[in-house]
Amino acid sequence: MTRLFVYLTALLALIGALSTAQAQPLRLQITEGVIEPMPFAVPGFVPENSAGNEYAQPLARVVASNLTNTGLFREVPRDAHIARVSSFDASVSYSDWRAINVQALITGAVEVSGNRMTVKFRLFDVTSGQQMGEGMQFSGSTANWRRMAHKVSDAVYSRITGEDGYFDSRVVFVAESGPRADRTKRLAIMDQDGENVQVLTDGRALVIAPRVSPDGTRAVYTTYETGAPRIALMDLASGQRQLVGDIPGAMTFSPRFSPDGRSLVFSAARGGNTDLYRLDLGSGQMTQLTASSSIATSPSFSPDGRQITFESDRSGTSQIYVMPATGGEAQRISFGQGRYSTPVWSPRGDLIAFTKSHAGRFHIGVMRTDGSEERLLTASFLDEGPTWAPNGRVVKFTREARGGDPAIYSVDITGRNLRRVPTPGPASDPAWGPLLP
Amino acid sequence: MNLTTKTLLVLAALALAACNNPRGGGGFGADGDGFGNGNGFNDGGITSGSLGDPNDPNSIAHFQQRIGDRVFFTTDSSSLTEEGRSTLSAQARWLSANPQFDIVIEGHADERGTREYNVSLGERRASATMQYLISQGVSSNRMRTVSYGKERPVEACPEQRCWDLNRRAVTTIAGGGRTS
Repeated sequence: MTRLFVYLTALLALIGALSTAQAQPLRLQITEGVIEPMPFAVPGFVPENSAGNEYAQPLARVVASNLTNTGLFREVPRDAHIARVSSFDASVSYSDWRAINVQALITGAVEVSGNRMTVKFRLFDVTSGQQMGEGMQFSGSTANWRRMAHKVSDAVYSRITGEDGYFDSRVVFVAESGPRADRTKRLAIMDQDGENVQVLTDGRALVIAPRVSPDGTRAVYTTYETGAPRIALMDLASGQRQLVGDIPGAMTFSPRFSPDGRSLVFSAARGGNTDLYRLDLGSGQMTQLTASSSIATSPSFSPDGRQITFESDRSGTSQIYVMPATGGEAQRISFGQGRYSTPVWSPRGDLIAFTKSHAGRFHIGVMRTDGSEERLLTASFLDEGPTWAPNGRVVKFTREARGGDPAIYSVDITGRNLRRVPTPGPASDPAWGPLLP
Repeated sequence: MNLTTKTLLVLAALALAACNNPRGGGGFGADGDGFGNGNGFNDGGITSGSLGDPNDPNSIAHFQQRIGDRVFFTTDSSSLTEEGRSTLSAQARWLSANPQFDIVIEGHADERGTREYNVSLGERRASATMQYLISQGVSSNRMRTVSYGKERPVEACPEQRCWDLNRRAVTTIAGGGRTS
């Protein structure tokens, strides 16, 4: 069933939300339909020594912001709180939280010594008056304090929704500056919430369309440093990079990792024709996957590595196809009106996200891997290039308002909760990495 | 060769700024950066050459201003228009008369497509341009192509008139003499 602009969805079935004597676990099911976001409270973390003071509120703020940004949760503001959490191990005054309609309560504590910190948290189901799961603690460098708040957020999200989180993850993207007609584009990386931006290339060479390896340690992207499109592979920790996948006489671009991280699939264009190739990164061996006198680009593997989805204009306009990962017969899966581009397989394997342009508008959409149940999530002057959250529930993409600068946005696969990801300047081509270990 | 090209193109842009662009499009600055590099002036080897007088039929200025260094395409197409073929035929005659010059053909797309598809589309336009020049007697050894996709618009406005100017293939003169 194809429905345009289905902005409904995401049924938050709150099992056990009724205040009955029968205590059921706090549960939020992400399916379809809309119910009120779940109200939660996260008081400032309890500083367990004086050095912890500095992080007490910021940790709570990051957790609150992560949960709120999902659209699934709503924070009950601190000035409405009746109970004060002054000790991490003190018993919870459930009635005080119930009185202000809090359903999920997150308490935390922080202890800092030197540049090391320990962060603890507990999650409580206020309605049933029970702790939900065991308390957890994270230790690490104070430089990573936001990551610890992200890990707390992931644990809370996971316990309540039953799905993996995506807060402790990073996004490689293109940071843009300078005039439109002579744009400087640098590879950059940031936390999923737009914090901790680091620039990875110096901007002398144009770079576009990065992708992150499945383990998050490397990025591939297209660079113009030789004067024509070439594929670069970068180790994100060291910043060291090398050009790979040279095909003499061809421009090579649009690389993406296989799910095992050992090979790339990419496009090579020459003689007016763009075909897909696979490169084994270990041996350097290259295999041609398509041989059609048309454009084949933006390839993406299925999570089991057995299939590749890509776009081709072999039918006359750009459409989405699926073929075996070794090449061979490709099946067209997009049949709606307009042009379809940039298919990306969901990490869950169930959906393909894409860009669609039709009647002067651009959309980010999702469809099942056989092309059925197309759902458009966005509409604007120019939306393109979706990238999946590690849990397959959210996509980020590039949006460029008419005459405006590009920016990175995120939207739920239900079409709800469209948000701009704050970046220090114009930004494009997000590539979402895995949940960090 | 990068810097030679850049130098020539910067000079070309300056020269054109002083003249009227016969296409009326202006904005050569974008094409000036033929290799996508911002500040590559940190090593030597820069050579310079005169663009000459546009009234001299063998000058680079004549090639750029009188013949026209670019051809335009309709949306999502790499078919040369009649006007485009006529421009390229004149380019081929100039190139035959000036065999010391190599060329780089840049293919470009407008912003109304996705980034990577547009790299392919730009390559297709550059390639169509090169094939036509080959048919007019220009040796393929003297030519190479590069696609910028939608990354280097000559006019950056979100309107049809700009998109029309951005869907183009530009023949850039890559320096004098193939000994360099």
